[in-house]
Amino acid sequence: MQNIDFSLVDWSRAQFALTAMYHWLFVPLTLGLSFIIAFMETLYVRTGDPEWKRITKYWMTIFGINFAIGVATGIILEFEFGTNWSNYSWFVGDIFGAPLAIEGIMAFFLESTFIAVMFFGWNKVSKKFHLLSTWLVAFGSNLSALWILVANGWMQYPAGMKFNPDTARNEMVNFWEVLFSPVAINKFLHTISSGYVLASVFVIGISAWYLLKNREHQFAKRSIVIAAVFGLITSAFVILTGDGSARNMAKYQPMKFAAMENLYVGQQNAPLVAIGILKADEQELAHKKQDFRFTIEIPNMLSYMAFLDPNAYVPGIKDLVHGNPEHHIISYQERSEKGKIAIQSLAAYKNARKAGNDSVAKTALASFEANYANFGYGYYAGRDVHELIPSVATTFYSFRIMVGLGIHFGALFLVVLLLTLKNKIEKKRFILYTALWSIPLAYIASELGWVVAEAGRQPWVIQDILPTIAAVSQISSASVQITFWMFFLLFTGLLIAEIRIMTTQIRKGPEPLTPEAKNSPKTLITKKSSHD
Amino acid sequence: MTEIFTHSLLQHYWWIIVSLLGAILVFLMFVQGGQTLIYSLGKTDEERTLLINLLGRKWEFTFTTLVTFGGAFFASFPLFYSTSFGGAYWVWMLILFAFIVQAVSYEYRSKAGNFLGKRTYETFLLANGILAPVLIGTAVATFFTGSQFSVNFMNITRLTGDKMPVISEWTGPAHGLEAALNPHNLLLGLTVFFLARVLALLYFMNRLNHPVMMERIKKQLLINAIPFVMFFLGFTIWTLLSSGFAVNPQTGVISLESFKYLHNLLQMPVVAILFILGVALVLIGIIRPLTCFEKCSTKGIWGAGIGTILTVFSLFLLAGFNDTAYYPSTFDLQSSLTITNSSSSSYTLTVMSYVSLLVPFVIAYIWVAWRSIDNKKIDSIELENESHVY
Ligand code: HDD
Ligand code: HEM
Ligand code: HEM
Repeated sequence: MQNIDFSLVDWSRAQFALTAMYHWLFVPLTLGLSFIIAFMETLYVRTGDPEWKRITKYWMTIFGINFAIGVATGIILEFEFGTNWSNYSWFVGDIFGAPLAIEGIMAFFLESTFIAVMFFGWNKVSKKFHLLSTWLVAFGSNLSALWILVANGWMQYPAGMKFNPDTARNEMVNFWEVLFSPVAINKFLHTISSGYVLASVFVIGISAWYLLKNREHQFAKRSIVIAAVFGLITSAFVILTGDGSARNMAKYQPMKFAAMENLYVGQQNAPLVAIGILKADEQELAHKKQDFRFTIEIPNMLSYMAFLDPNAYVPGIKDLVHGNPEHHIISYQERSEKGKIAIQSLAAYKNARKAGNDSVAKTALASFEANYANFGYGYYAGRDVHELIPSVATTFYSFRIMVGLGIHFGALFLVVLLLTLKNKIEKKRFILYTALWSIPLAYIASELGWVVAEAGRQPWVIQDILPTIAAVSQISSASVQITFWMFFLLFTGLLIAEIRIMTTQIRKGPEPLTPEAKNSPKTLITKKSSHD
Repeated sequence: MTEIFTHSLLQHYWWIIVSLLGAILVFLMFVQGGQTLIYSLGKTDEERTLLINLLGRKWEFTFTTLVTFGGAFFASFPLFYSTSFGGAYWVWMLILFAFIVQAVSYEYRSKAGNFLGKRTYETFLLANGILAPVLIGTAVATFFTGSQFSVNFMNITRLTGDKMPVISEWTGPAHGLEAALNPHNLLLGLTVFFLARVLALLYFMNRLNHPVMMERIKKQLLINAIPFVMFFLGFTIWTLLSSGFAVNPQTGVISLESFKYLHNLLQMPVVAILFILGVALVLIGIIRPLTCFEKCSTKGIWGAGIGTILTVFSLFLLAGFNDTAYYPSTFDLQSSLTITNSSSSSYTLTVMSYVSLLVPFVIAYIWVAWRSIDNKKIDSIELENESHVY
């Protein structure tokens, strides 16, 4: 494997990770805030209360600032599949390209058309049409999430396809299997609901800041109620779908699961490590065996969580690498040999076809098909198979922080909601500060989710079929380094700009009510009632 | 046989869709053209703001069309995606950077606390306005002039040796930048650049209510129309006289054929009609406002816009139909991409074809939404009453 340019692979990975994580800084807020705004505007249209309009318009401004940079960082991801992962683009383009195209046709146009009405239509279209536009923006952005997550889910669990040896690529045979793959659906639900949670935390945190500054009480409390209710419901959903993700992982990506749980030796009645600190043993580190310095365990829980059966056997890293005949697990060594046969048979088949030797082609094809399930392992033939283990510490800690924060947000929504309904929230400064400081935590939880999902599946781009090292484009690693730093500088500059514009806007606060609106009967009524 | 027939039909259908998206993209690049005119048309900050707001309501459509064009190309002709993007890396990266900086500029330009200052965002718009049309034009010209690459599916079985297991290999270190130095390609780049400016001027005539700037717009129209016509003629004549990349439909073997694109034009009369009609409409769209400004100035964008779409569409068809390799390799002729050897499977193209039935609905709601917010010309007074200003 002296033919692999590892520096190129690493820089390409770094660049994808950098750009994807930047994109993901803005996406979840778009997903969630679009709905929160739609709720607010619905209340405005229902009640005719201008205060709701003011609230809607304020969050819409914040939405616009975030949206612009979400779009800016998104375009690069789409094209990076071609620019940096060209082999990948051919190898799976027949399946993977479709969701991307559908996303453009179905979702992005919906989003960008109605966002124009949402921003510029206030004085030009009817209230109802404006409201419809706002809902369509929310719907469109979440629809775009569906398609891209179907694509990502498919990479974690390739379904609905068949390899075509003549074109050397995987071809789609069943669109519905791709769309409704359990992994894709679960991933979609977990990801969008995590976006709703993030947006709720965001709205509550900013509103808490106004209360801390003793400004905009009515505005802040109304925003908090909407966001806390939304956040509470979607938190439950996040936990439910997160659990579903873990179960899918145990089933389809056992190595990722073992790494996430730091399970070295497989066992029955496996306990769940709720909290743990890893001990890295120098000698064993080369083999990525890590033990615990400290743990709190829940007996049987892991087996139960993974397979809904406390007695179930959960394979560990060692079993997966070295094989475990008792549980019918074949070793990575063996898989890489089979993979090598698959790759070589493919070459033999092609040569025989070219030479017009049909019988040789037929046997080669049979041998290829028998070993295709291990195709990707073939690139690791003759290498240390421990390279196929993802980073244990990264996935282990990332997962635990995400889950811990998820529970924290759920509790926060509940507390904040109760206090606001009892009209006591202003006095609980500690809670208000907690809410404010939960904003960065929401971003951390969200980014770490992707770290679990993506770092945990290394070295696969397509599980078991295409490793990262065989997916890259042939460019000089220096070129990728240059573009990496260009992205780094540009995106960081734009991020700083975004944060500064956002904080300036927040300090400025919502537009004051216009004099006519202030004196409208509806405002007076609500004002009175809020002073009682 | 029927199998092959349907696959071929689907490939042609998707080439039409991709061509149409490309054509609409070129038309919508009037936004980019407008971005390069902000300083020559707007002498005060207020005037510039007015122009930027006019363009700001349309930029997302250009952007989304680019994204959808990319997605549709990926889904229908993935080998193009992997070969061109991974190979002509630098050209595509520069195009993408130009769009990244554009996407934030409208929203951030006039916002308080924007960190980089108004001027920077205007410079971003200018950079996007110049780079995007020139580079996209240049990249599309390689459909006629070729690039230096080779494609071999069997490369993925390379487990040993010193070469990466990569299917599409680009030769030469410039990774696409060499295309921008080829004068034939550059002619198309400059054509698109001046076309975008002409279209922008016509768009301003249609949407702007500002007598002072209107005088400048009128002057600029002639100044930009002349180079546009010259470059366009240059590119078209050069292309029609060049050799093209012909595919033998029986064997798939690719060879050079003299006057291939001229032959294509003559052998596909429908395309020839579209092309001539398109060119005529563009010219009428430009000339009418020059000769009868008072009455005709608002209509120019329609003629020139539809004309642009027809012309670009027929150029794409010249490149891909009639047994022609649309992405030729001058390094290894047999590696050239054709709509047959680079497409997705029948199944995928069929699925995508069902999805494409949505397109008329998309166009319909875009129309309805635009009509609802663009119902009168824009001026400074209207802008003052607007809650969302760039
Ligand atoms: C779960 C949601 C989600 C995820 C995982 C991704 N995106 Fe995204 N993307 C969105 C959700 C989204 C969005 C909410 O729809 C955005 C964000 C902000 C915005 O303006 O739209 C968007 C914008 C956006 C745009 C600009 C669209 C436009 O023209 O308006 C592109 C091209 C992409 N994305 C492409 C990608 C690719 C190729 C991804 C994967 C590698 C990706 N996104 C991950
Ligand atoms: C926006 C959310 C996402 C984030 C934050 C994210 C994060 C990451 C990270 C951190 C890596 C690097 C992993 C490593 O090399 O250790 C990565 C790689 C990758 N991801 Fe994602 N990802 C996201 C969405 C997606 C989606 C939706 C897809 C596909 C549709 C995708 C496809 C890939 C590919 C192709 C790679 C490169 C190959 C690799 O290194 O694994 N990612 N991503
Ligand atoms: C509270 C309990 C939670 C559980 C049990 C949970 C579980 C999981 C699991 C197992 C994955 C990996 C899925 C895979 O690799 O395919 C994941 C991914 C992810 N998580 Fe969570 N999570 C929880 C909370 C949260 C919270 C609070 C957020 C953010 C606010 C979040 C955001 C994400 C994201 C963005 C991903 C990547 C997308 C995906 O793979 O689905 N999660 N989660």
